[in-house]
Amino acid sequence: MAHLKKAIWSWSAMQPARDASPVVELSSVDLTYQSGEVEVRALRDVKLRINGGDYLSVVGPSGSGKSSLLNILGLLDRPSGGEYRFEGRDVSDLSEGDRTALRGQRIGFVFQEFHLLPNRTVLENVMVAMLYNRWPRPTRERLARDSLERVGLGHRMDFRPGKLSGGERQRVAIARATVARPSLLLCDEPTGNLDSATSEAILGLFEELRDDGLTLIVVTHDEQVSAHARRTVSMWDGSLSEEDRGG
Amino acid sequence: MDDPLPRSRLSVRDLVSEATAGLFARPGRTLLTVLGTVLGIGALVATLGIAKTAGNQIIGSFNELAATSVVVSSDRGFFGGEAPRIAIPWDAEDRLTRLNGVIAAGSMANVSVGADLTRSVPINDPLGQTEFQISMMAASPGLYAAVRGTLSTGRWFDVGHSQRADRVAVLGRGAAQKLNVVRVDQQPVIFVGEVSFVVIGILVNVDRQPELLNAVIIPEGTAQALYDLESPETVQIDTEIGAASLIASQAAIALAPGEPGLLRVQKPPDPEDLRRDVEEDVNALFLILGGVSLLVGAIGIANVTLVSVLERIGEIGLRRAVGAARRHIAAQFLVESTGMGLAGGIIGTSLGVLVVVIVSATRTWTPVLDPWVPLAAPTLGAVTGLVAGVYPALRAARLEPVDALRAGG
Ligand SMILES: Nc1ncnc2c1ncn2[C@@H]1O[C@H](COP(=O)(O)OP(=O)(O)OP(=O)(O)O)[C@@H](O)[C@H]1O
Ligand SMILES: [Mg+2]
Repeated sequence: MAHLKKAIWSWSAMQPARDASPVVELSSVDLTYQSGEVEVRALRDVKLRINGGDYLSVVGPSGSGKSSLLNILGLLDRPSGGEYRFEGRDVSDLSEGDRTALRGQRIGFVFQEFHLLPNRTVLENVMVAMLYNRWPRPTRERLARDSLERVGLGHRMDFRPGKLSGGERQRVAIARATVARPSLLLCDEPTGNLDSATSEAILGLFEELRDDGLTLIVVTHDEQVSAHARRTVSMWDGSLSEEDRGG
Repeated sequence: MDDPLPRSRLSVRDLVSEATAGLFARPGRTLLTVLGTVLGIGALVATLGIAKTAGNQIIGSFNELAATSVVVSSDRGFFGGEAPRIAIPWDAEDRLTRLNGVIAAGSMANVSVGADLTRSVPINDPLGQTEFQISMMAASPGLYAAVRGTLSTGRWFDVGHSQRADRVAVLGRGAAQKLNVVRVDQQPVIFVGEVSFVVIGILVNVDRQPELLNAVIIPEGTAQALYDLESPETVQIDTEIGAASLIASQAAIALAPGEPGLLRVQKPPDPEDLRRDVEEDVNALFLILGGVSLLVGAIGIANVTLVSVLERIGEIGLRRAVGAARRHIAAQFLVESTGMGLAGGIIGTSLGVLVVVIVSATRTWTPVLDPWVPLAAPTLGAVTGLVAGVYPALRAARLEPVDALRAGG
């Protein structure tokens, strides 16, 4: 029954998450990498509050800490200092197992390098996102097909990623990131190296997802992408500041 | 929203299908990796099978006749021909038939007739030779059964003949032919030198002591009285199956309780011992060989699994990002390595069995294999793979998701 409930649960059912309760709350988060003798402060005193259904873009020069920020937000890494509340829960001191479960069930990633499995079909690549989360097999396949249809790849289900164009790979990554119905979607450079028509299609897709109640954080160098976002924050040498857009 | 989270989970079926996909992603490499285990398991199975088959062959080649014969003879010293160091008693037959496991026993001895020739009466072929140099042997009543003799006609002598020192004789087939005796119902008489004997039977066949077939055989008591025979020289014992070793150890004591060591006892080699020896010889050598190839196979699997962990760091990071716990990552690589070991085990077992069959066929042996071998061998292959996968799997599971994602770009 639990499976069935989960299967029926759709994006639109997540609408209530769009109210003002914060999905993400960072207070004074620091992240320091120890690289041999050198200490790299990738994040300094970062404060950020993102409400459900928000669409936030993160801009900043290369090496400024954007990917590091996403790693913290995505529970892939732990902050060296400060507090992170995800969906109201302090996740700083959750066990490794709980963080893994939370990540797998509530957060979707579109990585800078896609990370598609080269020897699996497009469909299988999308299904991997539901492998560890108690989804029944038939549901997995159906949702994966739906998700691929949604990004316009219905005709590429049985291809290997190596046979796809860059934009198509990107869309497979997006289909995979959204198929398990996360509440937070983290995208690192989702339109890098894409022509403007393809970027436009992907941005349209993001709008749709956001309308479905997904909270969206997009790292980008691209003016066009950040222009679509409701909020834009910029990073500089590990520090984060919000640009005021006057509304 | 602080309710306990459902933990990450991976069903066995999904685990196996992910691992299988991993193995088939690089079929060529997987096949080559499996080869080491194939050789190791194949060598083990072939060894066990051939040893068993050869051992069985040895048992088969031991016929029941040889396995139930024990011969005791009085040792005539190092150069032979001298007087025996110890005499076999006249009642050897009685002493031995009392032992448990003895079916029949009988004693015998060569009787020295000097230059006496043997002839039969009447002489019915005046042109042919009528006198022959024929050996004479003394025998106890029980010898007939102990050598498993067959009479074509007449009878064997009994205790009475021996006690009364009757001048009766049984002719061996060869002796009877020379002397032209074919029937005994007319009580034919033969002469050895000047001594006459009534022929009471013709021995056409014996399974043991074939020299009897060319001899004139007289009762021991007769030989004692007429030729001063001192003692029997040889005792033939027919034992029950499986009792030969035991009887061999008891016979000398029964015949010469004081100095059993002076009697020479010939017993059949224990086929069970022989079989074990052969099996152990073959086994020791090739099991080591098989073990070494298996070890090499395991190192191969460990190596390739480690390489594939390093190649798939990005995949590991991705799986961790979508909710795979460390144990799921470890399990996947363990199942992959175990799968390789199992595949190697199955192929190796098949090849091993094939080798046993082919070797047996070329020697016209019956192939024999313990039934547990074809079951245990693939299991051993799987265990090899499992053990080989432990280190790479732990390496994979220890990776931090961030590091894996960054390194595996
Ligand atoms: N594991 C690490 N060890 C040491 N330094 C690191 C590590 N990971 C990142 N850094 C450093 O932290 C800083 C921030 O890196 P990050 O990847 O977050 O930058 P970014 O803003 O995503 O850059 P880009 O736009 O090029 O992707 C960089 O200076 C980088 O060299
Ligand atoms: Mg980056």
